[in-house]
Amino acid sequence: MTAWVPHKYIPLTPQDREHMLRVIGAASVDDLFADIPRSVRLLRDLHLPPAPSDAELLRELGEMSARNGDADRYACFLGAGAYDHFIPSVVWHLSGRAEFYTAYTPYQAEMMQGELQAAYEYQSMLCTLTGMDVANASMYDGASATAEATVMARDLTRRDQILLSAAVHPEYRQVVRTYTRHLGMEVVDLAHRDGTTPLDRVSDSLSERTAALVVQHPNFFGGLEEVQALAAAAHAAGALLIVSVADPVAYALLKPPGALDADIVAGEGQPLGNPLNYGGPYLGMLATRQAFVRRVPGRLVGRAVDMQGRRGFVLTLQTREQHIRREKATSNICTNEALNALAAAIYMAALGRRGMRQVAEVCARKAHYARERLRRIRGFEVAFPGPTFHEFVLRCPLPPEEINRRLLDAEILGGLPLGRFYPELADGWLVCVTESRTRQDIDRLAAALEEMV
Amino acid sequence: MAQGDFPLLVERSAPGRIGAAVPQSDVPEVPLEQILPSAQLRGGPPPLPEVSEPDLVRHYTQLSQRNYAVDIGFYPLGSCTMKYNPKINEDAARLPGFARLHPYAPDALAQGALRLLSELETALAEISGMDGMTFQPAAGAHGELTALLMIRTYFADRGEARTRVIVPDSAHGTNPASARMCGYDVVQVRSDARGNIDADVLRQVADERAAALMLTNPNTLGLFEERITEVEEIMHGCGAQIYLDGANFNAVLGITRPGDQGFDVMHMNLHKTFSTPHGGGGPGAGPVAVKSHLLPYLPVPVVVREGERFRLDYDRPQSIGKIRSFYGNFGVLVRAYTYIRTFGPLLRQIAEAAVLNANYLLALLRPAFDLPYDRHCMHEFVLAGTRQQREHGVTTRDMAKRLLDYGYHAPTIYFPLIVEEAMMIEPTETESRETIEAFARGLLAIAEECRTNPDVVRSAPHTTVVSRLDEVTAARRPDLHWPIADY
Repeated sequence: MTAWVPHKYIPLTPQDREHMLRVIGAASVDDLFADIPRSVRLLRDLHLPPAPSDAELLRELGEMSARNGDADRYACFLGAGAYDHFIPSVVWHLSGRAEFYTAYTPYQAEMMQGELQAAYEYQSMLCTLTGMDVANASMYDGASATAEATVMARDLTRRDQILLSAAVHPEYRQVVRTYTRHLGMEVVDLAHRDGTTPLDRVSDSLSERTAALVVQHPNFFGGLEEVQALAAAAHAAGALLIVSVADPVAYALLKPPGALDADIVAGEGQPLGNPLNYGGPYLGMLATRQAFVRRVPGRLVGRAVDMQGRRGFVLTLQTREQHIRREKATSNICTNEALNALAAAIYMAALGRRGMRQVAEVCARKAHYARERLRRIRGFEVAFPGPTFHEFVLRCPLPPEEINRRLLDAEILGGLPLGRFYPELADGWLVCVTESRTRQDIDRLAAALEEMV
Repeated sequence: MAQGDFPLLVERSAPGRIGAAVPQSDVPEVPLEQILPSAQLRGGPPPLPEVSEPDLVRHYTQLSQRNYAVDIGFYPLGSCTMKYNPKINEDAARLPGFARLHPYAPDALAQGALRLLSELETALAEISGMDGMTFQPAAGAHGELTALLMIRTYFADRGEARTRVIVPDSAHGTNPASARMCGYDVVQVRSDARGNIDADVLRQVADERAAALMLTNPNTLGLFEERITEVEEIMHGCGAQIYLDGANFNAVLGITRPGDQGFDVMHMNLHKTFSTPHGGGGPGAGPVAVKSHLLPYLPVPVVVREGERFRLDYDRPQSIGKIRSFYGNFGVLVRAYTYIRTFGPLLRQIAEAAVLNANYLLALLRPAFDLPYDRHCMHEFVLAGTRQQREHGVTTRDMAKRLLDYGYHAPTIYFPLIVEEAMMIEPTETESRETIEAFARGLLAIAEECRTNPDVVRSAPHTTVVSRLDEVTAARRPDLHWPIADY
């Protein structure tokens, strides 16, 4: 097998190794592995390509990167759970500080006050944005956070049925099903009507078995739900209302779920300062009422005082968690998305009160302009009549997949063809317009569509 | 804010300040009420802090200075593999074709990303001895859940109603927690006198009710399961699956492969073994690798290679479905890929250096502490502070806090649960002999302090920005956010 080769990440020299083996009392490094039965040892080199130089490797990676059509090269009208908001430079200059990103879970609080305070501040700002009482320090992503919220609702209500609106992100719904499948829970789909969750259908479906109703707001089609009325219906049946959200920026402009009687808010924090990253790492958010705090999954950071009475921060209420409670824990989650939560906190802090409102408002204005502009093109029509935030569904005269293909020539990344998730909407095209799109981008899109029909 | 307190962001806020350029609308102005019904609008902007950019930068820079990290110093947190995180990996992940790629970009526009995933899968399959994998799980515990869901579906397809998952008493807490989330009953098996799972006890509970054994190997005591082939025979003999919790994979890279040990399925912690930064608690990535009989159950989609073209395949009728949105923590995968490329077949040296470092540190420390299982360790080892506790009334927790004064992060303490006053120490391969010796001198000095000046240990830390924090009161009266003005 290959002899020892110096490597930049491994400081040991041959002299070090000799000395260390002598102190240990072993004849060779191989002796240290003597507990591994010979029959399962790998007695050859790993079949991996030899390491290129860093320069070569970066060139290869650069080539791979260049083969992707990213949102710098293409005007991106895709949303559907991943949003191209502008990220101020401070966000990753600060969260990219090695003191943050090369640390781990703050088990030694006195030494990790930076991270703990940043998490407490994230929780504070998330509560502010959603209007909820408590928020945890992060989950994996919007889909798994929504799924964990349904399990939390089961535990809180001791009921086993989840009513799941079809206007919730289809991937979130799939993940809810995966998570609940073996827990004796039943997931009932509620068809949408004209792109929103119909209150009468909800009322008919709620029963003494229902643990929670799950809606998304703004929903997958960009539409607004009647959250307060849905909450009232759920509560009348003794069930909880879970509001899932794919872009929490909306709550800087819309009434937040906490003001609309939601019990749990679960969703995706990527739009708060996290890059598109081809789907991850993203940021699962979970916020709820004070009364439910002891059923919350994941880490919570709380304020504490030290022996001199100074303010500090600690991981708290840990008896909910797997490392203490093992099979009785509220969840198995351990590693979460702390760095993404840090980025979200810096993003919210940088934009602040007025900036967050302005981002949300500009999204809504530009999306409205796009919707009105595109619906006038022959053959295109708005699929659902209700108001929308920054996404909307168009019905198209050509297959949306075909439209997207042709838009690539104009360096435009078109919306999401809905047929893959909603067969009845095979001509449906989910278009997203964030503040990053210019009027010129929108007009260019309109012109390209006009040429097609 | 009391004197001596570090300010909260909200305490740096003043009305009218802003920390970012506000985007402007360039479309014709329409009254907002024509776009959204006023009943749906928030009364005013959310009461977030208002801070200028320079103040914001100082706030977070100062917070970062109130933190400890691998780039600052030695971080021997057992079970977490706090190795150096190479900078080139960060550059790779920030390339615009990766960082700015939308997950619903058509496959034709994602060929570079899909190629990277495919090549990473090939490399990890070779390293693990498995046949295929999913990258969807966002962390190790998420991988555990994914694997158990696959096992459960596999048995359902075979008409077998197995209801139990077996874990050793040295297992990570996530193992039993994941088993419960998959609806399984948990059966715990004790460890034997040499720190292995007790194969004789295992034999008694391995029956047709057992769906899987979840095993960490090397285990959480830092010891290789010497009877692994016997364990494999017992479990496969009763028709169960064997799952590897790959948290400790760093110890055996290129030395032995889980697939060759008989494991049917495993997760890898890319944020441990493959050096992606821990991010202060995440993001991680917990890909799950399987033998061929479990391939049909992988979450959708999987990456398929057709010549020089790559695509995402959703058409997999036996799949367990999705475990998170999209395809996993792609940015983490880019870093792991870059890391593997910078080693190639030399990955084996990682395991060799990690195990050598751990045994050397163990040799330096053993005179002062109790060692519950006296064997060569793998990449980490577990000491017991029972002597210090019994003779001087100083707990392992006290010694951990005292280490902070010496400028080190503390080891993992009070885990594994089967060792009293446990101190789990993992030096990793990226530490020099000098660092390890300096740390050993520090911990030995603390052991001496336990004898000569126990109070200084019991009241530690003394040099950190705050002294010991009152966790009991914090949990009794949870304060989880700053006071929020009415929205």
